[in-house]
Amino acid sequence: MARIDLKELAHSYMAMPSGPEDYALRRMDHTWEDGGAYALLGPSGCGKTTLLNIISGLVKPSEGQVLFNGQEVTRLEPEHRNIAQVFQFPVIYDTMTVRQNLGFPLKNRGMEPSYIQERVETVADMLGLTESLDRKAVGLGADEKQKISMGRGLVREDVGAVLFDEPLTVIDPHMKWQLRRKLKELHETLDLTLIYVTHDQIEALTFADKVVVLYGGKVVQLGTPQELFEEPAHTFVGYFIGSPGMNFMDCRLDNGAAVVDGHRIDLAEGVADRAPGDAKQLELGIRPEFLRFADEGEEGVPANVDDIRDLGNFQIVTVTMGDGRRLQLKMDEEKAVPSSDNARLVFPPQWTKLYADSELVG
Amino acid sequence: MERPVNQGAWLMVLPVVLIVSFSAIVPLMTVVNYSFQDILYGTSSWVGTEFYTDVLTDDAFRRALGRQFLFSGIVLLIEVPLGVGVALCMPRRGAVVSACLVLMALPLLIPWPVVGTIWQIFGRPDIGLFGWGLNTFMDYNYTGDVFDAWMTMIVMEVWHWTSLVVLLSYAGLQSVPEAFYQAARIDGASRFAIFRNIELPKLKGVLMIAVLLRFMDSFKIYAEPFTLTGGGNQTTLLSQQLSIKVIEQSDYGYAAAYSIIYFLIILLLSYVFYIGLLNVGKEQE
Repeated sequence: MARIDLKELAHSYMAMPSGPEDYALRRMDHTWEDGGAYALLGPSGCGKTTLLNIISGLVKPSEGQVLFNGQEVTRLEPEHRNIAQVFQFPVIYDTMTVRQNLGFPLKNRGMEPSYIQERVETVADMLGLTESLDRKAVGLGADEKQKISMGRGLVREDVGAVLFDEPLTVIDPHMKWQLRRKLKELHETLDLTLIYVTHDQIEALTFADKVVVLYGGKVVQLGTPQELFEEPAHTFVGYFIGSPGMNFMDCRLDNGAAVVDGHRIDLAEGVADRAPGDAKQLELGIRPEFLRFADEGEEGVPANVDDIRDLGNFQIVTVTMGDGRRLQLKMDEEKAVPSSDNARLVFPPQWTKLYADSELVG
Repeated sequence: MERPVNQGAWLMVLPVVLIVSFSAIVPLMTVVNYSFQDILYGTSSWVGTEFYTDVLTDDAFRRALGRQFLFSGIVLLIEVPLGVGVALCMPRRGAVVSACLVLMALPLLIPWPVVGTIWQIFGRPDIGLFGWGLNTFMDYNYTGDVFDAWMTMIVMEVWHWTSLVVLLSYAGLQSVPEAFYQAARIDGASRFAIFRNIELPKLKGVLMIAVLLRFMDSFKIYAEPFTLTGGGNQTTLLSQQLSIKVIEQSDYGYAAAYSIIYFLIILLLSYVFYIGLLNVGKEQE
């Protein structure tokens, strides 16, 4: 039950940042809608954890404001924000039983023992921890411990948002899947805002309604998994999301079409006109899923087939263009691949994206 | 499974047996030998446990033993909490850390008699800064007063060895992941709750080692109090009492029995600590 606004937020770990490169987070305005399930996706060192710690209050931002439901909380200590955070490694209090662990945040806030007991039992029931309530937390497995960490967040009724910082890193693969499902379930029943940091795109795409991609301290795209796939707003998104990532080629513009290696490639209507005139670098991007070989008699850009890898229900074909540039195609394994030296490539205009200085033009 | 039998393998154990014999068993057996026999100018006679009875009924030994327990007990009670406290106050990271560590390590590098000498002079009421300074508030004279002598001896020991507890605790604290502190802040835990529920459990292992080392060393202490007081004012502890017997009185039989008893006490108590350590380890698993 919390909408979180970040206003002109920026953070640098240096006392006197001199340029944009000194910032762990570049200036951003961003809103996390109430009740949304967000994934915060990005490579290591892109500022994901910094952003999360600023929201929870563990780190005070060097510039800008954090608002919960319209109220400024920028300088508020974490214990006074209605927020919970789950860390990469499970945090449990070794000396306590599971019950005491779960009740700890309430006890620290001076709640009645009867109320604590009731809340702890409710949360334990939700997380499937009821049976181990009176055991020492120290003897449990990593997944149970991580559930306790989560439970300590959920036990407070005033919590409006739960932040997860790569919480499944130390969990066995089959338990990962279960915990992720549990999270989804909790999100549906509790109507909480969830922000889930990960560098694993599968995790992000399966968990979240909306994915925020962070790169070099900037939010480069906010969108549904489908939008990230079909309309990557930044070359990094194209490259990071999808397996294999998007193909990129340097190009120049000529009369409404892109020219790569002397061949004209058509773009969608009006895209070329929108390209900024002062762009330093123009790139063409196309997903391996959308790039295809020309049919008999169809025109296309000539290329050599280098390598075909069959990965079960699909195949990845690597081709080389005239100038030595390599592209990948992902296609049905039944489909025939043309012989090595007379293949021609077709770039469907609606899936052929133009990027100016790494940003999507259209 | 059937195991191959090769008695020649015993030969492989021989080097270890020889080394251990000469490093430990033979010297120790000499003492054992002297403790059961009265040996004098080439003649010897078996006296059984007579020397042991002598030692155990000797008032001087009993008093020294009592003082020794008192001394080690007080020292542990001060050094362990103080060491943990200092370690908690040290910064977790940054440039100051190395400076702190070097400062802490300094007293540990000073040889025992030198520490005794330092405090001998430092504590003198006439020319020592510490003694002279104290005398402006109270009547202080470690050479003439039992309480003052003991106080100086304990302050000296605390000054010399608290650093060890600090360094061990600091290393233990460094192993607490940052996320625990962050989670505790979000959970609204007080400073004491953080210490009680996060730091202390993580320190349990290193603290057991610290207590074991500090107990052993303080129980064997010799050079520092000897240099400071020479054993006056009821500061004669076990090792010094022994040296009186063996050096001043050449009472070898008595001294040998004394040594064995002294050694067995340390062995027994260390074993108790060791069992304690093992249990701590099990609990954490």
